[in-house]
Amino acid sequence: MIKRSFFKSRYLPYLLILPQIIVTMTFFYWPAIQGLSQSFFLSDPFGQRSQFVWFYNYIELFTDPLYLKSILTTFAFSLAVAAVSLSLGLFIASMANRALRAKALVRTMLIWPYAVAPAISGIMWLFLLHPSYGVVALGIKEWIGVDWNPVLYGGDAMVMIVMASAWKQISYNFVFFMAGMQAIPKSLIEAAAIDGAGPFKRFWFISFPLLSPTFFFLTVMNIIYSFFETFGIIHTVTQGGPGGSTNILVYKVYQDGFVGLNLGSSAAQSVVLMSLIIVITFLQFRFLEKKVQYGG
Amino acid sequence: MKSAKLFVLLIITVCFVFPASAFAKPITINWWHAMRSARGEVVKNMINEFNASQSEYKVVGTNKGNYDETMNAGVAAFRAKKQPHLLQVFEVGTQTMMLSGAIYPVFELMKDAGYDIDWSRYLQAVLSYYMNADGNLMSMPFNSSTPIMYYNADMFKKAGIAPLSKSDPITWDELGEITKKLVEAKIAPAGMVTAWQSWTQIENYSAIHNIAFASKANGYEGLDTKLEINNPQVVKHITRLKSWADDKRFMYGGQKYQGPKSEFMAQNAAVYIDSISGIAKLKKGVKDFKWDAAPLPVEAGTAKLQNSIIGGASLWVLTGHSKKEYKGVAAFLKFLAGNEMQEYWHKETGYFPITIDAYESLKSKGYYKTDPLQEVGISQLNRATPTTISRGLRLGYFVQIRNIINEELEQVWNGKKSPQEALDNAAARSNIQLRTFEKTYK
Repeated sequence: MIKRSFFKSRYLPYLLILPQIIVTMTFFYWPAIQGLSQSFFLSDPFGQRSQFVWFYNYIELFTDPLYLKSILTTFAFSLAVAAVSLSLGLFIASMANRALRAKALVRTMLIWPYAVAPAISGIMWLFLLHPSYGVVALGIKEWIGVDWNPVLYGGDAMVMIVMASAWKQISYNFVFFMAGMQAIPKSLIEAAAIDGAGPFKRFWFISFPLLSPTFFFLTVMNIIYSFFETFGIIHTVTQGGPGGSTNILVYKVYQDGFVGLNLGSSAAQSVVLMSLIIVITFLQFRFLEKKVQYGG
Repeated sequence: MKSAKLFVLLIITVCFVFPASAFAKPITINWWHAMRSARGEVVKNMINEFNASQSEYKVVGTNKGNYDETMNAGVAAFRAKKQPHLLQVFEVGTQTMMLSGAIYPVFELMKDAGYDIDWSRYLQAVLSYYMNADGNLMSMPFNSSTPIMYYNADMFKKAGIAPLSKSDPITWDELGEITKKLVEAKIAPAGMVTAWQSWTQIENYSAIHNIAFASKANGYEGLDTKLEINNPQVVKHITRLKSWADDKRFMYGGQKYQGPKSEFMAQNAAVYIDSISGIAKLKKGVKDFKWDAAPLPVEAGTAKLQNSIIGGASLWVLTGHSKKEYKGVAAFLKFLAGNEMQEYWHKETGYFPITIDAYESLKSKGYYKTDPLQEVGISQLNRATPTTISRGLRLGYFVQIRNIINEELEQVWNGKKSPQEALDNAAARSNIQLRTFEKTYK
């Protein structure tokens, strides 16, 4: 028998969720609406002048070939970050999941990079990969003979920020994959082993499908991370350069709005960014989630 | 009842009869600035000096972060009607401030406060950056610098190149010869690096050779200004730098100063172009080689060389305060412009003194004899009376325009675009920004 309890008052439940609604409204909906309305205005930063210009800010954006390029750059960047951090996170988790004496220690150590702030992560990678003083960069130039120069070449700069962004996220993915793997019943793996499946097959046909809810969740989180939180890395490492090749959308919003004080355009860019994230997340839920198997 | 009325009357009389200052607390003047660490300390000392020099006003300085953050703090405070009296804003924000409707022009403030200031006794190339088209000063220059050229004196000596003059500039062709020698003899891995490429290689290059950066007197005379940096002279200069980049006489080290500076300090490059504020940085950072400074190179055969232009920030007086407080602001600005403060500021930070008197006083004390590096920038700045082209730049969305120029130049350096193509593109893209700005303020 299921026990049910009822509220006597019709208003009590609303009262109870009121604090949450107030917080959500003040800190999420109110600024979002403000941003949306700002995107239809041209206004000076001091708020002395403001004129309604319909879709002027949007038209300016979408007729600017560089803005379209920035959207493509953002997609390429976030796909690369998600791919690198998910695959490495999964790989490390499956390695660490195997019986080891120092399992607990290894696990703890692997989580550490997640505690590093993006800006710091960026600086550390810059120290490794800067063409003049980066230790690794000097090695690349010396031994591999590649003319590595992220200050000058856009491709190199992209590789550098993808590595700096993915590195941090590997730890995050690792934690979730690890937890996911521990939830997989040992009996399944053992049964497969008895039937003669090797480690790779066991992973591919048993662990991986059972990890799909985790995988799905992490894909969404990684995309959102690479869209927004990588700001600190871009800011410290490339500032969007060289030649705009690492100018992802969120950095452009900051450059145009916070530094350049073009509030209308920056608001329009935020709206575009928000819409993109909504669409991407919707698509992920619509198509990717169908392939996800919840439960054993 | 009657006694109560009498008491109120008494209080009112007292208030009128005795001057407020006799028993009131000093009037607080708020100043939001972007000066941190060593410079922040210097600012603090200057404020303390002022507060100790009189009892009527008390200046409170608050650091609001870097330039962007300080300007944003000022904007937000103004919107919330909690603005400070003085706000330090970087030079690229000048146009936005000037049109903001939120400012009390400095020339008016000083006149209203009863100060009769002879503005001709100020360094004209510094003042002109913050004047309106009629030649009235809108904000008080605070920290001003200009780019000069640093070079590795040890490398020069090794290659048998004579030290450069501190007052007469060499030509770009000569610099090409020098860097060629250094690179070919493998004395230096690369020739020249430059910080702030838009400011040093385009803005200052144009000013020194009296080439318009933008139409309408560089934007001073109208919002309908257009960028003109895709002119033959600038294109030729960038083409030259690109050809140097191909044979290592020029090396691209990044948009700001950190990258180029570290190339120079690591002796990866023999010549380094950056603001005069580099003097202090190099003095502190370079231990293993001798370096020196010279004016920026110029084109051979230029009939008349113009002044270079400044960078840095100025102090804006914001509206919405009482007359009494503005009197205090004026007194403080007057105090800051005095010889003692200017000399202290210049000696401690390397930024220019803003008055000719302070400069001459330093000169008579023999300061530039003991520290000749400090005079390189100032004499380059004072080389000529600023023309309508060399007095400065007045552009809306200048931050975005500099970003655009940086982006386009980087595509020249990595070979994606020809100099002409990149500069055409930079001008076209900047003009779109300028039109949006114009539309906003119409």
